[in-house]
Amino acid sequence: MSIRTALRAATALALIAGGVSAETITIATVNNGDMIRMQGYTDQFTAATGHEVEWVTLEENVLRQRVTTDITTKGGQFDIMTIGMYETPIWGANGWLVPLDDLSEDYDVADILPAMAGGLSHDGTLYAAPFYGESSMIMYRTDLMEKAGLEMPEAPTWAFVREAAAAMTDRENDINGICLRGKAGWGEGGAFITAMSNSFGARWFDMDWKPQFDTQPWKDTLEFFVGMMSESGPTGYATNGFNENLNLFQQGKCGMWIDATVAASFVTNPDDSTVADSVGFALAPDTGLGKRSNWLWAWALAIPAGTQKEAAAKQFIEWATSKDYIELVAANEGWANVPPGARTSLYENPEYRKVPFARMTLDSILSADPNNSTVEPSPYVGIQFAAIPEFAGIATQVSQEFAAVYAGQQSIDEALEKAQAFTTEEMEAAGY
Amino acid sequence: MATRHSRSAARLMMAPAVVLLLGWMLVPLIMTLYFSFRNYFPLRPDRVPGWAGFSNYERFITSSSFWPSVQTTLVIVGGVLVITVLLGILLAMLLDQPMWGQGVVRILVIAPFFVMPTVSALVWKNMFMDPTNGLLAHLWRVFGAEPVAWLSQVPTGSIVMIVSWQWLPFATLILLTAIQSLDGEQLEAAEMDGAPPLKRFWFIILPHLARAITIVILIQTIFLLSIFAEIFVTTGGAFGTRTLTYLIFQRVLESQNVGLGSAGGVYAIILANIVALFLMRIVGKNLDA
Amino acid sequence: MARAVTTQRKAINTAIAWAIGLLIFFPILWTILTSFKTEAQAIADPPLFLNFDWTLENYAIVQDRSDYMRFLWNSVILAGGSTLLGIVIAVPAAWSMAFVPSKRTKDILLWMLSTKMLPAVGVLYPIYLLFIQLGLLDSRFGLVIVLMLINLPIIVWMLYTYFREIPGEILEAARMDGATLREEILYVLTPMAIPGIASTVLLNFILAWNEAFWTLNLTAVDAAPLTAFIASYSSPEGLFFAKLSAASTMAIAPILILGWFSQKQLVRGLTFGAVK
Repeated sequence: MSIRTALRAATALALIAGGVSAETITIATVNNGDMIRMQGYTDQFTAATGHEVEWVTLEENVLRQRVTTDITTKGGQFDIMTIGMYETPIWGANGWLVPLDDLSEDYDVADILPAMAGGLSHDGTLYAAPFYGESSMIMYRTDLMEKAGLEMPEAPTWAFVREAAAAMTDRENDINGICLRGKAGWGEGGAFITAMSNSFGARWFDMDWKPQFDTQPWKDTLEFFVGMMSESGPTGYATNGFNENLNLFQQGKCGMWIDATVAASFVTNPDDSTVADSVGFALAPDTGLGKRSNWLWAWALAIPAGTQKEAAAKQFIEWATSKDYIELVAANEGWANVPPGARTSLYENPEYRKVPFARMTLDSILSADPNNSTVEPSPYVGIQFAAIPEFAGIATQVSQEFAAVYAGQQSIDEALEKAQAFTTEEMEAAGY
Repeated sequence: MATRHSRSAARLMMAPAVVLLLGWMLVPLIMTLYFSFRNYFPLRPDRVPGWAGFSNYERFITSSSFWPSVQTTLVIVGGVLVITVLLGILLAMLLDQPMWGQGVVRILVIAPFFVMPTVSALVWKNMFMDPTNGLLAHLWRVFGAEPVAWLSQVPTGSIVMIVSWQWLPFATLILLTAIQSLDGEQLEAAEMDGAPPLKRFWFIILPHLARAITIVILIQTIFLLSIFAEIFVTTGGAFGTRTLTYLIFQRVLESQNVGLGSAGGVYAIILANIVALFLMRIVGKNLDA
Repeated sequence: MARAVTTQRKAINTAIAWAIGLLIFFPILWTILTSFKTEAQAIADPPLFLNFDWTLENYAIVQDRSDYMRFLWNSVILAGGSTLLGIVIAVPAAWSMAFVPSKRTKDILLWMLSTKMLPAVGVLYPIYLLFIQLGLLDSRFGLVIVLMLINLPIIVWMLYTYFREIPGEILEAARMDGATLREEILYVLTPMAIPGIASTVLLNFILAWNEAFWTLNLTAVDAAPLTAFIASYSSPEGLFFAKLSAASTMAIAPILILGWFSQKQLVRGLTFGAVK
């Protein structure tokens, strides 16, 4: 099976490869598990095409800083950059990325999940190919739910989640009803609270780009979050991000955890997780206003404009984000370990549908719409972010003010007031 | 005649170092000054860069984050200096005493100096200060206490602690070298005269260490004013741990506003020079360079 | 009698000093221990000290994932190259400051130190643009120059303080014997200052080795040293304490070993002329 898949991939690539001489391409990527796995299979790409690959693997924040400096100054250090749904539309609009509008027939662009393709495009042109995509959902302990005498609906409300969290909390035995991100940083706690605020009817900006932190929905969001976390959250949640919560959950210290869908494969992996056999999944909660609190994100591969090795870079992207690559990983490491959330065909595959979290991941992704993420209309694209260049800087500071609330250092009103003040200041300075 | 010859030779020999450093100082300085008067948003090529006048300077200093960041910078630098100098003196005196395995102990004490700042910040944050899985949390629980969420409850203190751990070896080393050069007979004579240990320390040891302490303070201040990795890894500037250097980082790389960040860079140079002048005034007389 | 007291005191000193030494060293020891655990054991509650199944698995994974030797080699070249280049430039400068001082010597020294105060992050864009222009991005040569310039002030200062302790008469005597300036520096001064130069080299090697801003931001593949190696192991998705510990141990081990072998030299030399 594995050999056949590999051979098929090889033949397909050999066909594409015709005419391109062997090159060495440099790829900047993030140190997440799926990318590390991809590096392991690079040899197969080299064998098929003759192109060598040099990897620059960096931690997320360092990577972002590194590739942004390089692309804005046209440094030309990389032939492929791993970027997210936030950067792609901005960079694409600036003409910094090579449009991916001439990918081969076999690659089947139409197979990319529409939500993902939409978030990685500008003006209908795809600028980055999704390597894997994620939404967020509830992961909960079925045994603790049962013990608390409750049953998790498919699509719970925040009120239910809070009640269930309180019921599962058992401080004596070090079990927190719910673990959520509080850590400062726009991609950490900032992403969570923004997605959550959508379900409470809040938004970052109104149609005139005026910041909305002085509105009631934001206050409601923070009050609910802080109230629930002080009832049922772990100590020090103000510094907990994805990794911290993952560790807590795997050690059996959380009743519920609302976070990235890719975490599902970690918490159900018996090698690392002590609770692997008792994890259930549900959609991220809502408050009945019509929006849920799940986000949408993809790590994608893009080619900076100006690279001399565009053809080879495209070949690599076609290889790494292809259906054949997914089958290659499935054949060697099992279906639970393939890069999820990028292609429709994956979710139609009967083998993959047997994976316990496959359906809920797809449902979560399908229920997320970056172009229409808020209850009231908003001028920006993005669910847990607004795809404008100023957002990352502003949101990091906002999330720091919020984290100070979680740590008990200031009140919710103070934080919102400060957030409103400097967001207004920054947006005015940026000319909105 | 010989003097004149060697004077011009001396100038010539100093030239490479001076010219290189002048270049290394002037090129970035001039570029920073240039950018600080420009509107430069790397992520917004649609906005035509133009002259900004003093608006970047004005915005940077009137921003609500400016003064707190100066304060944080001074607290962290000051805190680390006090801790490393005080503990450094004590440790140096201890290591100067006769003991078994002195060499090994000395190695153990110096070791943190060899650890990369990023690594030490990661190790402290994840393996020691984490409120659930950190060793300190386990220790607290052993004594029945509620674990402390170090990086959110005592954020600045935690960073001062981590940085002090890294720099204590340096202070100890220099102070130890100074103590070892102390005239033993003088101390013995004082002991014979019946001077109590505290007095001996105050009137003989401390004055002898004055110059070494000056060196420690000077060198460390230069490095401490620009600490970055320790904050980047642990709190990311949250909970009031944003130093001036970190604020500039946020302006330049997170907000992608190079003009504003450059203006901040100019302020940082001014602050550094004020601190340096201040230091020179207080401790400079020990430094008859 | 007197001897017994000394022994007793020595024992007390030893106990206290060892306790403190171990306490200070403990975080490093703990990192090394953790690197031999599995990820699950690394976060076990209660923590495991020695009673776990020692495994080399993490080292194998780390080595498999990234070519450690390449990063190590770059670190050695960058730290070594910048230090040696710095010494070559600093020795003449320090000589002239120490033996032909002028009124401005002190000012020049302090000015040199003050060049270290410009916050690096503020000039990232200017320097990056400059490096693009000069074609120096991701080149060892460019990094060696930058690291040399960063540490040059410290090198000059340290050498200056050592040179000042060398009696000028000896150099004068050499001159009387007809030695040229070059010979005077190479064959008379340098041998006398070897301990000082050695400790200067050591300190600056360590500082260059640990420099993590420019080495991370100006490199990609060819010149990336161990600081970049570490940046690929910090905080990925999933459990990573053990792998991080293994990577950390690999990153600090060479410099730790170097430091241990040369600690006598370091202790003797790190005086900055502070002795007298």
